[in-house]
Amino acid sequence: MVPRFLLGTLATTAAGIAITILIPMVADAFEVMQYTLYVVLGIYTLSLAYIWGLGGILCFGQGAFFGLGGYTFAIAAINMNETTVPFLMAIFIAATVAAALGYFMFYGRLSDVYLGVVTLVFTLIIWKLINSTAGPEYMIGTARLGGFNGIPSVPPLNVPGDPSRMFDPVEVFYIAAFFLIATYLLLKFIQATRFGRLSVAVKENEVRASLLGYDVRMIKLLVFTIGGAIAGLGGALYAAYQSFIDPNAFSLEMSAKVLIWVMAGGVGTFVGPLLACFGLQALSIWISTVPWANSLLVLGGILCFVVLLLPKGLLPGLADLSTWLMARARRRTPPEVILPAPEGKRA
Amino acid sequence: MDYGLVVLIEVLRAIAGLVLISIGLAIIFGMMRIVNIAHGEFLMLGGYTVVLSAKAGINTWVAMLVLAPLVVGLVGVAIERCFIRFLYGRMLDTLLATWGLSLFIVGFVTVVFGNTLEGVSVSVGSFEIGRFRVAGYSLFIILVGAVLLAATVAVLRFTRLGLIARGTMQNPNMAAALGLSPPRIYMVTFGIGAALTGLAGGVLAPITGVVPTMGIAFIAQAFITVITGGAAIVAGTGSASTLLGSVSQLTTFATTPVIGDVALLFIAVVLLRILPQGITGRFFRRSL
Amino acid sequence: MGIDRRGFLKASAASGAMLGASALMPKFATAQGADILVGGLHDETGGLDFAGKPMQQVLGFAVDEINAQGGLLGRKLKLIGADTQSNMQLYASLAQQVALKDKVSVVHGGITSASREVIRPALRRFNTLYFYNTLYEGGVCDRNCFCTGTTPAQTVQKLVPHVMKKWGKKVYTIAADYNYGQITSAWVKKYVEENGGQVLSTDFFPLDVTNFGPTIQKIQAAKPDLVMSVLVGAAHLGFYRQWAAAGMKKQIPIASTTFGAGGTEPILITPEESEGIISCYGYYPTIDTPANKAFKAKVQAKLGAAPPAGNGPLLTELSVCTYEGMMLWAAGVKKAGTLDRMKVIEALESGISLDMPSGKVTIDPVTHHVTRDVYLADLKNREFVILESFAQQPPADTQAVCDLKKNPNENQHYQIKL
Repeated sequence: MVPRFLLGTLATTAAGIAITILIPMVADAFEVMQYTLYVVLGIYTLSLAYIWGLGGILCFGQGAFFGLGGYTFAIAAINMNETTVPFLMAIFIAATVAAALGYFMFYGRLSDVYLGVVTLVFTLIIWKLINSTAGPEYMIGTARLGGFNGIPSVPPLNVPGDPSRMFDPVEVFYIAAFFLIATYLLLKFIQATRFGRLSVAVKENEVRASLLGYDVRMIKLLVFTIGGAIAGLGGALYAAYQSFIDPNAFSLEMSAKVLIWVMAGGVGTFVGPLLACFGLQALSIWISTVPWANSLLVLGGILCFVVLLLPKGLLPGLADLSTWLMARARRRTPPEVILPAPEGKRA
Repeated sequence: MDYGLVVLIEVLRAIAGLVLISIGLAIIFGMMRIVNIAHGEFLMLGGYTVVLSAKAGINTWVAMLVLAPLVVGLVGVAIERCFIRFLYGRMLDTLLATWGLSLFIVGFVTVVFGNTLEGVSVSVGSFEIGRFRVAGYSLFIILVGAVLLAATVAVLRFTRLGLIARGTMQNPNMAAALGLSPPRIYMVTFGIGAALTGLAGGVLAPITGVVPTMGIAFIAQAFITVITGGAAIVAGTGSASTLLGSVSQLTTFATTPVIGDVALLFIAVVLLRILPQGITGRFFRRSL
Repeated sequence: MGIDRRGFLKASAASGAMLGASALMPKFATAQGADILVGGLHDETGGLDFAGKPMQQVLGFAVDEINAQGGLLGRKLKLIGADTQSNMQLYASLAQQVALKDKVSVVHGGITSASREVIRPALRRFNTLYFYNTLYEGGVCDRNCFCTGTTPAQTVQKLVPHVMKKWGKKVYTIAADYNYGQITSAWVKKYVEENGGQVLSTDFFPLDVTNFGPTIQKIQAAKPDLVMSVLVGAAHLGFYRQWAAAGMKKQIPIASTTFGAGGTEPILITPEESEGIISCYGYYPTIDTPANKAFKAKVQAKLGAAPPAGNGPLLTELSVCTYEGMMLWAAGVKKAGTLDRMKVIEALESGISLDMPSGKVTIDPVTHHVTRDVYLADLKNREFVILESFAQQPPADTQAVCDLKKNPNENQHYQIKL
């Protein structure tokens, strides 16, 4: 029989594809464009959901790789007047930097909150440096770094091999959604491989894994690098979609936001963080146009309540709720329904 | 010569500034493992207390040294009761909760008190060192920083409260078995951490001024200082502040504030790479 | 704050309802006879709220005033106010929202140059007219965009010779480290040198720097005759406090291209700390003309007194240019007789000129900037005492690089070469 996790993955993928096809049919152009941003930030969310949820690496500076992806894409695309190679470069640079930082950290046996703070400091250093490039002397090729103002007029995505043919907004939405679903499937696949199970083992008990002879540092480094690459992919799409990138990508807020999404959605799941990302993003846009409310007041209040009411995060919280409801239902129904369905092999 | 002295005073002031902004966090995060993202907002509340009391005609020094810690301490206790107490042992949830709290406090203060309050100025005057004029207030900040460190050592080491607090943080069950009430001790400790932060916010208000969003400027530095310091609260905060403060301030003198900030961050990273448990993970291990 | 929220609510409660309705019926908003929608994108919360809130309030006031006079083309105006929360990403999203979903006829907004460069290209792409009402470094060249604030050639050019004559020829510049600070300090240098002086040093500070101790000592070591401040934002106010605390107020005077532009600076710091700072803007609340007095009285009656006395908007160059931008647009629509974007642009380019609180304001058709009166003022106990006024200053800096008559399709933000 089909393993349960595979069933879930397939169902989620099918739902994702269905929604992707449906949205441009029912929504106007404007809404499609807004949803594109959600999808792009969703990729960014998955990068942290993976390294934290499956690798146990708590990264406070995931924005560094997101921003590096965005900046690499912007600078390369402006110089090349073409977007396919810059797109790949963005992923490559983000992954390389993640690997270098990961090597520095994991082979130094940094862990826990110390690792978190090193990643945070790393992104803050980039933030400070990039913020101080406002002067006209800071150029890479023909791209001006622009400091606090960022890089405007980043070229939109074009068809690979044909720089004159740009994708229109709906096509960009499809591209972003494709990458989101592909990333999700890739991560699910990794989760099912031997390497994926090893990384979970390391997350659950690092000492035990290393005593069993596994190279814990190498495993963590790989997980971190994959996460960096995915964040870089998100950053490149972000820069292409907004057609600008600015140092805020490296800010404390950008890195903390994604932590919040993953945590609110439930660490260890992929769909939960995605839902939390979409939901909180929509909320902060909606709240912006409500004249009677102070945006920060409302957002902050909601976050506080989410933590208190759904301590494990959205998805596990809802799962708990449904278990509880089912348990209640069972108590009332005749006993023959109680028999638990036979479970498939667990990953 | 006179320039050297001026630089020295500025370096000491930078160190004292780091001590001030991080000592409260050292208690709340270092001791209690609450990742308090709203730490910067506690500083802001301290500043607002001083500004609002000064407006109401209360002596600035009283507002700064008495009211600010008192008010923020009470706010801290209230927050602990309503929120934080449900989250002990769930370090990451505290991150999420206090992030929300931080936004909420900024929004709340903006709505209630507005974002345009006159700052306070204290008349300490200034003095001359050779060709340079130095603010007397710099010396006051250095003094407060030193007193704060000394007082924290004294409380933790020589008072019953300090002993009980340290014991409870290490093993709450044992403390409970000995007839103490860990929830109450947590509450008081959190309140003290908040009060120290409020004091710092109050003392810094005359030079930074107060706006609801001012907290964000301090939060990263405070966390980096505490974590670089490591497990021992006072020795850690003191040594990390000294190291980071002097490096960044000297670099700032030699170059620009950006390079100074980057130097601070860079040193912190290198330090953690060499000493993964922070400074007091290796040195001053038996200190507080 | 509750009170002024309410005032604001009155202005825009309807727009909230509108928003709800338009979500369901996107086409409703554009129906003939329905209200004309006006977008306002300002940072009402977050780090820039001190500037954004008064701008949004005054924009609402301008909309009400136009409605009280019978609206435009026989239709009422409605403000779609969106709070961008001092967040660039929200600027992008909300610009899309007001342009494509609400289909507003014009967008007023943006505060920092960074936010303008996010929404300006977007609004151009969405064919939505855009007004940027903030003083800035100059150089925007885009036919879809009108910039109603002052630029360095209008203000810095007057400020520099004035303070050099008064205080001396050696200048030390401290500036915010971003586009505006970089370019403005370059203008300062140019004008100082033109007037036979010397810039000893130009130091840049990121917007989050609060510690100015080393800088103050460096300035003392350099011994300038005056300090030119191009500092921006709440964190940088620390400079003025620390400067006064070090007893430097009586030693070296300060002139500024930014102090008081957003209005909150003189309120946030004490009178002793701000005494004697000389600045130059396109508007001061103390402008002694009947038009300005009447304007101030009307705003106060409607929205309350300015802080710290009340919760009304601060009247500064930022907020008053927002009002004037709205009025210029309304005049353009009246003249064009339609909301059609190109027709309105052509009407505005015909050289529309209005008598406004700040004096006569005329759109320069070549650059889409404005020719306006500028004023030099000294700060005395929180009041801007106007020292001199200069009538009808053209945006000469942008004129040097931008000619929309010749190249109507330009879409650039020129970094003006000095």
